[in-house]
Amino acid sequence: MAKEKILMKGNEAIGEAAIRAGCLHFFGYPITPQSEVPEYLARRLPELGGCYTQAESEVAASNMIYGAAGVGVRVLTTSSSPGISLMTEAISYIAACELPVVLVNIMRSGPGLGGILPAQGDYFQATKGGGHGDYQLIVLAPSSVQEAVDLVILAFQLAEKYRTPAMIIGDGMIGQMMEPVEFPVEGVGPPLDPGDWALTGCRGREKRIVNSLYLDPVECNEINLKLKAKYDEIARHEQRWEEYHTRKPHDLLVCAFGMMARICKTAIDELAREGIDVGLFRPITLNPFPYDACRRAIDKSRRVVVFEMNMGQMIEDIKLAAAGSRQIDFHGTAGGVILSPDEVKEFMLQSLRQAGGAGRKKKKAAGRSGKRSAATTRQARARGKKR
Amino acid sequence: MNKIFAYTQGLTEKRTHYCPGCTHGIIHRLVGEVIEELGVRERSVGIAPVGCAVLAYEYFNCDMFEASHGRAPAVATGAKRSRPDLIVFSYQGDGDLASIGMGEIVHAANRGEKITVIFVNNAVYGMTGGQMAPTTMPGQYTTTSPRGRDPAEVGYPVRMAELLAELTTPGFIARVSTHSVKAIIEAKAVIREAFRHQVEERCFSFVEVLSICPTNWGLSPRESEKWLEQNMLPYYPVGIKKRPEEFREDWKNG
Repeated sequence: MAKEKILMKGNEAIGEAAIRAGCLHFFGYPITPQSEVPEYLARRLPELGGCYTQAESEVAASNMIYGAAGVGVRVLTTSSSPGISLMTEAISYIAACELPVVLVNIMRSGPGLGGILPAQGDYFQATKGGGHGDYQLIVLAPSSVQEAVDLVILAFQLAEKYRTPAMIIGDGMIGQMMEPVEFPVEGVGPPLDPGDWALTGCRGREKRIVNSLYLDPVECNEINLKLKAKYDEIARHEQRWEEYHTRKPHDLLVCAFGMMARICKTAIDELAREGIDVGLFRPITLNPFPYDACRRAIDKSRRVVVFEMNMGQMIEDIKLAAAGSRQIDFHGTAGGVILSPDEVKEFMLQSLRQAGGAGRKKKKAAGRSGKRSAATTRQARARGKKR
Repeated sequence: MNKIFAYTQGLTEKRTHYCPGCTHGIIHRLVGEVIEELGVRERSVGIAPVGCAVLAYEYFNCDMFEASHGRAPAVATGAKRSRPDLIVFSYQGDGDLASIGMGEIVHAANRGEKITVIFVNNAVYGMTGGQMAPTTMPGQYTTTSPRGRDPAEVGYPVRMAELLAELTTPGFIARVSTHSVKAIIEAKAVIREAFRHQVEERCFSFVEVLSICPTNWGLSPRESEKWLEQNMLPYYPVGIKKRPEEFREDWKNG
């Protein structure tokens, strides 16, 4: 039986996805452009016997999820860029104490108070630490409302499997736009098994401690080694990415994540109709970053261009993957400026011209303003579908 | 032979790291005894602060969190709201609660979280080596008020119990002291009442405990008790600041 598709705003779909994942505890603080998540859950969670609490600040909200996860319940918080900055201290504690929580960052533009429009300026913050000490987050970046739903559910699974915080980062568009979605699970998922670590009262067992203080340097080093081993295991097993038009060697490889990748796809489809092969590599797990897969895609292209809604953050990981083997171009906007598919296409053509091969395979009959041949269009569609 | 004294089940037998003469040990014991006597040790979750009592998670014989500096009331909120059957308490010092954690304690109190907060006020930052706290007395010498606390420059000490008692929501707010045996016996009765308000699912409860810090005050324990009595008690009067209306009569005698 086909599942029902519902037209939902991204933020509300994220809230519902958490419920479907069995998360009935939410602590958060209002901030644009994610406030529809707390609004949705303030309505839904009490109906389901869950707990919705509006904290006095993001600092408090992040410590409330530390408390909630510590007593062994599945818990969510959501915020936007400046709010996530305030949460980073607690996130470091949560990672150190190995507690499973899910955080959602519906990114707005920065730095400082920035603006409320979509941006991707928190890539470094999410993937390279953010807070103090050697911890990492599992970071997932959706490029549609449906994918946001799927990744919220996955984030809970991964957070619990590895007992570590997982974060969804979506630019403001993901939160604000409406798209049809279907939920892969019905009803409310089963509660979290508190296992042998949660503070549930010490009846019939030894007391437990949720703690990240290790005054003995050797012990503290061991904790760091243990966390590193866990992050390495996550890197081995949990890399996710999407490739588009990368089966054959291509003139240009585009790297982008989130909504920026979706805009790039439209431009890539148009170029394909004109006979120009451009591939897309879209990391879904920004951490662990799929370096090897990215390298394989890079190896099939003559040149690489990175598009981001920031001043160049993921490009550093692309450069690591390329390991100096290719010229890497970059086009970025910030502040809430969103590139149109046409602008993206122009930048792609510019990179191709600089590579000395723009339009090398361009068919005369398929000029940029001319009619496309039915065969080319079909081919482009088929290629698109396969991935 | 009759056993006339036993170590409380509410504390582990781990030796504490507190300085000689410090009253943290006494306050730990009062809390531990209350938890044991109320029969809630096995469903209690305590939250240790950052400060001298940072290692309290080693000493209380129940499940324990270690919180970041000042955030214990937020951690307690998350824990209590997620598992209301737990008895959740935080144990915090003056730097932790009245300085960096002022926001968290005020809002936890104002939401009426059904938790118990033990606030140890010794008028100084102990763990970091005797710096000025929000509760440091006017004229009191500390390493960061080397000419004595000057209210014209840094304001007067914060009276947390009175500040919280001004809020409409919180149910039980009290201040006790530890400068004498009599005061300690009274302190235990008040801490016991605070926990009972939580056990009986009634209200937020807060007990400020005036404490001594011989090491950072530069006084002997005996002199410290006297200093507390002469300097702190007049500024920080002990007593029940707020109690749920309907229980005022019943609980008059403890």
